[in-house]
Amino acid sequence: MKLSRRRFLAFTGTTAVGSAALGGNLLLNPAHAAESNRQPGKIHLDYPTTTVSKAGDLKVGQPVSFTYPDTSSPCTLVKTGRKTQGGVGPEGDIVAYSNLCTHMGCPVSYSAEERTFKCPCHFSVFDSELNGQMVSGQATENLPRILLSYRDSDDSIEAVGVEGLIYGRQANILPRA
Amino acid sequence: MFEYKKDRIALPPADAEKTQTCCHFCIVGCGYHVYKWPADQEGGLAPEQNALGLDFRQQLPPLQVTMTQAMTNVVQDDDGSYHRIMILPDKDCKVNGGLSSTRGGQMASIMYSPQTPVGSQRVKYPRVFAGDEWRDTSWDHAISLYSHLTKLILDDAGSDQLMFNLFDHGGAGGGFENTWGTGKLIFTGLGSKMVRIHNRPAYNSECHATRDMGIGELNNSYEDAQMADCIFSIGANAYETQTNYFLNHWLPSLQGQTTDKKRAVYDNGETIQQTKVILVDPRRALTVALLEQAIGKDNMLFLDIEPGTDTALFNGLLTYVVDQGWQDKRFIEAHTTGFEAAFKANRLSLDETSQITGISKDKLIKAAEWAYKPKASGHLPRTMHGYEKGIIWGNDNYRIQSALVDLVLATHNVGRRGTGVVRMGGHQEGYCRPPYPGGRPAPYVDQEIIQGNGQMLTVWACNSFQTTLNAEQYRNEVLRRSDIVKQALRKVRGAGPERMAEVIHKAVKEDGGLFVTVIDLYATRFAEAAHLVLPAAHTGEMNLTSMNGERRLRLSEKFMDPPGTAKPDCLIAADMANALRKLYEADGNAEMAKRFEGFDWNTEEDAFNDGFRRAGQPGAPKIDSQGGPTGHLATYERLRAAGNNGVQLPIKEYKNGQLIGTDMLYTDNRFDTDDGKAHFQPSPWNGLPDTVEEQRKKYRFWINNGRTNQIWQTAYHDQHVEFRRGRYPMAPLEINPDDASELGIESGDIVELFNDYGATTAMAYVEPDIKKNHVFMEAMYFNSVMGDLVTPWTDRNIIPYYKGTWADIRRAGKIEHYDEKVSFKRRRYV
Repeated sequence: MKLSRRRFLAFTGTTAVGSAALGGNLLLNPAHAAESNRQPGKIHLDYPTTTVSKAGDLKVGQPVSFTYPDTSSPCTLVKTGRKTQGGVGPEGDIVAYSNLCTHMGCPVSYSAEERTFKCPCHFSVFDSELNGQMVSGQATENLPRILLSYRDSDDSIEAVGVEGLIYGRQANILPRA
Repeated sequence: MFEYKKDRIALPPADAEKTQTCCHFCIVGCGYHVYKWPADQEGGLAPEQNALGLDFRQQLPPLQVTMTQAMTNVVQDDDGSYHRIMILPDKDCKVNGGLSSTRGGQMASIMYSPQTPVGSQRVKYPRVFAGDEWRDTSWDHAISLYSHLTKLILDDAGSDQLMFNLFDHGGAGGGFENTWGTGKLIFTGLGSKMVRIHNRPAYNSECHATRDMGIGELNNSYEDAQMADCIFSIGANAYETQTNYFLNHWLPSLQGQTTDKKRAVYDNGETIQQTKVILVDPRRALTVALLEQAIGKDNMLFLDIEPGTDTALFNGLLTYVVDQGWQDKRFIEAHTTGFEAAFKANRLSLDETSQITGISKDKLIKAAEWAYKPKASGHLPRTMHGYEKGIIWGNDNYRIQSALVDLVLATHNVGRRGTGVVRMGGHQEGYCRPPYPGGRPAPYVDQEIIQGNGQMLTVWACNSFQTTLNAEQYRNEVLRRSDIVKQALRKVRGAGPERMAEVIHKAVKEDGGLFVTVIDLYATRFAEAAHLVLPAAHTGEMNLTSMNGERRLRLSEKFMDPPGTAKPDCLIAADMANALRKLYEADGNAEMAKRFEGFDWNTEEDAFNDGFRRAGQPGAPKIDSQGGPTGHLATYERLRAAGNNGVQLPIKEYKNGQLIGTDMLYTDNRFDTDDGKAHFQPSPWNGLPDTVEEQRKKYRFWINNGRTNQIWQTAYHDQHVEFRRGRYPMAPLEINPDDASELGIESGDIVELFNDYGATTAMAYVEPDIKKNHVFMEAMYFNSVMGDLVTPWTDRNIIPYYKGTWADIRRAGKIEHYDEKVSFKRRRYV
């Protein structure tokens, strides 16, 4: 997998120096490679890069639906209005998550007031400003985060990866039909 | 292994080993399946290629499965082989219907793996404190030391010097096998009555009142919530603490989906109506908040009662109901005694009730009408009463429970489908022991220890450093006395167990020391005081039977080896008993040796057969077993066949290859009393105890306390699991925004709570639903012990009033890291 500097910044949310150190660790950790290596030479799934929106088109608290990494995985992009860890865009406040609750896959909805995602089936609540941390509820994993990249040149927000397993999948990338 | 991003999972192959297990944690006991397969294999994506039979070649629709990395692990068995495990909820289990909670859903994560943080904390070998350090040792050495010292103390000073802090339950750390093994050792063998139970300072029941009145506290089925006209929830927060009972039984009923179930059991012509719910709680708990969203306000009534005034509430309702003529006169006449006397004693007007409880008269009348006013068809409504820590840990446990059951009896809300008066429960049950050799009230063992009594304390699968009342004084005294023994042990070199026992005996007999043994999965906080730590096994590492809150007995099958040389509690007890028998035989003391006979067990099934299956059988000693005299019908083989639905105790018969159980007790109106009638008990309202009232007057905040969804009991696993500890690095303390602002407190601040009994710290969590001058704190946490603030007051049976705590609060500071790692968003689904 090609690991661009920009993408690094998006999902580590850290400085160039910090991300370089982390990158070295990621790439060289033999235990990690052994565990998840499916294709020789790779330690990550092949996530596509998909343009989701222009940052300037987003309004605070108004979520935008999209799918990623394929059309059967609904996601939500939101500008929370507050700079958050891993947030992208000029204000560092744009984040995206899988719409499927990690508990049983019911669609979560975004609460602009609380800046949380809530699941109506079993009442789990996830924090959009803290990596999808489960605030309360019945899930056992946080809400999967869609990793984003921001391109200054055309103000575009791209989805570039997923942190956490999307509900109802063995792996985030489905086999080709 | 730590996996960054965690974006894939290994599926169980189609031929993976599949066994049944109950969740270790809350009383509900959800059914799960354990898949286990060689670590270097995985199932395929097509349905026939994986054991789940699901098609992972495409996105699964919602509600098909719960399957996350937390539900998987890699474990290593004694033969060195590595296996993957996956533990998923059982769709066919009547309890949970395929739902998993945030506790049960993480079972695989907490199973022993040498590579996980939680696994690395397990005690693998016996440890003995020697010189100035802990030394791993053999079972022979550890048991030899334990038995020599026990015998020295027993022969010299008698069984009252042998004290125990002991589990008495099912689920993890319990089960019929282990309650029997420990009970037989302690009651029959050692004859000690100086035993306290894991969460209370004496050997007693939290339900003496209801039992005295003839009604066992687990008298209906979870399904009865689906048949009820009204669910009356008192001091319970079911969504967080009995999650799948709530989600799989209460919610469908309250959402109008269970009409067919009602029709099947109601009388001809009986009105079928929308189920309503009444919630009594001083706090607007998560259950209250989410029900407003899930069912709407019209079908729920929230009685935000003044703390400690439940007795007045029940007495006021009883008075109103009888004044309206809504009681079941025929039932009272035919099947009960003492109604007139109790009614007279308990009488309380609506005005008085409203004034004491802080609940408006309108709401009181509405509650009475919903729960007790005859329906359009003339039938009495079927109201199910579920209560938990608001009563169990409330103001005078015995009195409140009596008042509640008086109300239930008057309105005949027991023994009819859709009714019941049940404790909601904490952990699962699994009680099977010889009769307790002490009286009632039993000795207040914590106070005995504080006063310098007891020479040897064995702490078995519990941790009262975090769970007891008046905990700070208790801890200090145990640690002080333990240190006397540690000082003595520092001077011992080159000594075998016999010599060590002599040195310890002198320290405990002459110098006021206390020898402490901890038997547990982990070196708990109590192990700070220990001199001997013995490693135990738990669910999954042994076969274990327990029953849930509807008396449903299941076998959780062993699917992996315990770590190191850890072993089941029942077999540890047997080792101790067998060692003592040999010592007494060597002494030529046949009488004492005989007391330790009957422990020739090789497996936990031997203990199950010796206790649970012998209860009430010809030739057996008296055994107090929740299985009763028909427990013998349950064998491991039959329970394996019964799967995760098991059988509801008591078992009626074994027929056509099936165990037939009992879904509801007292349907014949014969109660558990000598005369078969239920007994009313006078229980007049009497205010707060003086000791508690004194704190209330002195300190500003009522320190409400209990569990939150993600944390189980003392957090013995959770404190080592990042998903949980990361969420709550310290006990969360819900506090009203105005109070917080006035004290300069923000979410994430560390606050100190203090009163006349002690002090502790918590992590502030500002929450608008909390009333002013109230707070709610996670109880029993590993680094914030709420029990430090609880007065030593108990009811007549030595049941604490954990909820009766007042303290002041000050801002102590801030750990900035919390702000970046911990969400302080509202936990309530609003």
